[in-house]
Amino acid sequence: MADIASTAPGQAPAAPRLSIRGALSAAEIDFRLFGMLIALAAILLGFNVVNGGTFLRAENMTTLAVQGAGVAILATGMVLVIVARNIDLSVGSLVGFIAMTYALLMTDWLPNILGMGVDFPFRWLIALLIGIGLGAIFGGLQGFIIAYVGVPSFVVTLGGLLSIRGAVWVLSQGAAVSGLDPTFQLFGGSAEGSVGGTITWAIAVVGCLAIIGLLVYNRRQRRRFGFPVRPMWAEVALGVVGCLAVLGLAAFANGNYWPPGAATRYAQEHGIIEPPGGLKLSVGLPWPVVILLAVAIVMTFLATRLRFGRYIYAYGGNPEAAELAGINTRWQLMKIYILMGVLCAISAAIAVGRLNGATLDVGQSYELYVIAAAVVGGTSFAGGIGTIPGAVLGAFVMQALAYGLAYSGYNSPIQNIVAGVVLVLAVGFDAYYRRRGGRT
Amino acid sequence: MAVAERVPIAERVPIVEMRHIRVAYGGVHAVDDVSVDLHAGEVIGLVGGNGAGKSTLMKALSGARPPDSGEIRVNGEPVTITNPRDAKVYNIETIYQTLALADNVDAPANVFLGRELTTTWKTMDDGAMEDATRKVMGRLNPNFKRFNQPVKSLSGGQRQAVAIARAVYFNAKILIMDEPTAALGPAETAQVRDLVRQLKAEGIGIFLISHDIHDVFDLSDRISVMYHGRIVDTVVKSEVTADEVLGMIILGKKPGQATHEELAELQLPGEGAPVS
Repeated sequence: MADIASTAPGQAPAAPRLSIRGALSAAEIDFRLFGMLIALAAILLGFNVVNGGTFLRAENMTTLAVQGAGVAILATGMVLVIVARNIDLSVGSLVGFIAMTYALLMTDWLPNILGMGVDFPFRWLIALLIGIGLGAIFGGLQGFIIAYVGVPSFVVTLGGLLSIRGAVWVLSQGAAVSGLDPTFQLFGGSAEGSVGGTITWAIAVVGCLAIIGLLVYNRRQRRRFGFPVRPMWAEVALGVVGCLAVLGLAAFANGNYWPPGAATRYAQEHGIIEPPGGLKLSVGLPWPVVILLAVAIVMTFLATRLRFGRYIYAYGGNPEAAELAGINTRWQLMKIYILMGVLCAISAAIAVGRLNGATLDVGQSYELYVIAAAVVGGTSFAGGIGTIPGAVLGAFVMQALAYGLAYSGYNSPIQNIVAGVVLVLAVGFDAYYRRRGGRT
Repeated sequence: MAVAERVPIAERVPIVEMRHIRVAYGGVHAVDDVSVDLHAGEVIGLVGGNGAGKSTLMKALSGARPPDSGEIRVNGEPVTITNPRDAKVYNIETIYQTLALADNVDAPANVFLGRELTTTWKTMDDGAMEDATRKVMGRLNPNFKRFNQPVKSLSGGQRQAVAIARAVYFNAKILIMDEPTAALGPAETAQVRDLVRQLKAEGIGIFLISHDIHDVFDLSDRISVMYHGRIVDTVVKSEVTADEVLGMIILGKKPGQATHEELAELQLPGEGAPVS
């Protein structure tokens, strides 16, 4: 029987295999995710070698992470859309629309219509909530048409792509809008828009505690029911590797310092006497990256711990089975699109923060990068397969290629050619690997 | 069984009565004015050729395809079943011919699909679900160990066991089994038959749809024969032969109504040959 061919997870292999794959399977690590991490590392190291070791520096990596965060945030939602056998082509236009809304709220509507001047408290939050509400409404409307009226999502969201982009133009009368609330600019992730060295360390420590806590909790849960557990060495190794990776990344991010001019300004504003050689202030994690981390954690929780996620995956695996199991599949589908709209609002905040305003083409072609990120990250158009960490990694693989090529002096046509080829290669490799009977 | 022998069947309220059920697909009457009933601890064999309306009739009961007209009573009370959730409220569980499993998730996820156990924080309690699945699968298929693998990687018999586990775990009172042994080998078929007897002994009423006249004669108390969307007759198993039932399936007529020529033309093979 097939049972003999593979070892049930959670049990140590009868004869310990000394392969990487054997160790990974004993530790219950997703082989594909691990492969993507290796690919990302290889890309970064490759560009580092080509550029004589100047590429892998904290400034570059921070910039890369900020540039990739907007797409990665959307990719976490696109995974669920594709897992449920649908598509959303409207995300780029919706990002553009909400971005323009933020810019107009800040410069015009809030001060001139609602009388909320620059000094009004929590203006950034009011704008953000309005954006999130708009995203949910637009997403929900599209989701309703897809799930309840039964128009294919490709058609509905293609309509969304066209009409929402048109609405951006109508909204601003064809003009770019700039000048944001200073707090809102922090979403953009400049030196000011970063959390700083201390908070970065604090986030890392919380991350380590969470890793250890999760490992202990999972082991306790499995013990509670007498299920097979991971071998102890794997638990310890996972904990140590996880914590070292988190702390290492924090240390790396903190190696990025404020530019001298900005540091001098900061010192003057805060009454600090600059030491000789300039004030060395750690930039730490930019806000877009912190937001991405939070979004990825929340989305992973939704996808793996709540019924909502279970229903989406089951629906993607077999829509009829989900229906017959009594799941309200239409409502689940509509919820995915509402969620996608909310993610568009978050991504738009980052885009607006980076530009300190909104142009007509904010989010242009985002839908394509987001779908590419999800697919490179292992999401299958057949439905039911895909993970959120995979999609985030996929977004960064694509972003690392684009950024690395740009850094090496190749212009955007070359970047597009490489991105397209890599997209097809990644999916082709995946299909080949699956046919060979690899774990999915 | 014990209950069934104490009181004559005719005097008890059936757990399910389906009265004058009609279901049409386009202009075709897939089920045309059909009435059947089912008692606790009874197995009704539902037989008929392809397209006779067996599965469609059962879909009306399971909520997968609500009837266009007709009445369904559960324990004598009229009920409205418009979707699978409604059916589950009345403890009507269905094992579909296709098994209706989500191939990409594991056995516990499939057993509890739509009825997940949750912790106090509304998150899924995977541990409790796996534990319960291990217990119920231990009864159905003691060798089953692959609780954390997508069910796509399981054998036909294991997948069948998962589909059955889903029905029995939730205390089915009324069980619909659509071709439960069609995809199984001999040993697994024997297992399913044992299970049907066990469930029947527990007082569960079972509608058994099957092409296999062996299954039907072996397990059923009564047999309802369908032909072109109508019931030809419902007979008590002990009062008919397999050939008579085969004749009804093929000709759509009660034994007495078929002419000798028609019966002779059938040239029925040996008793108990499967019709398909």
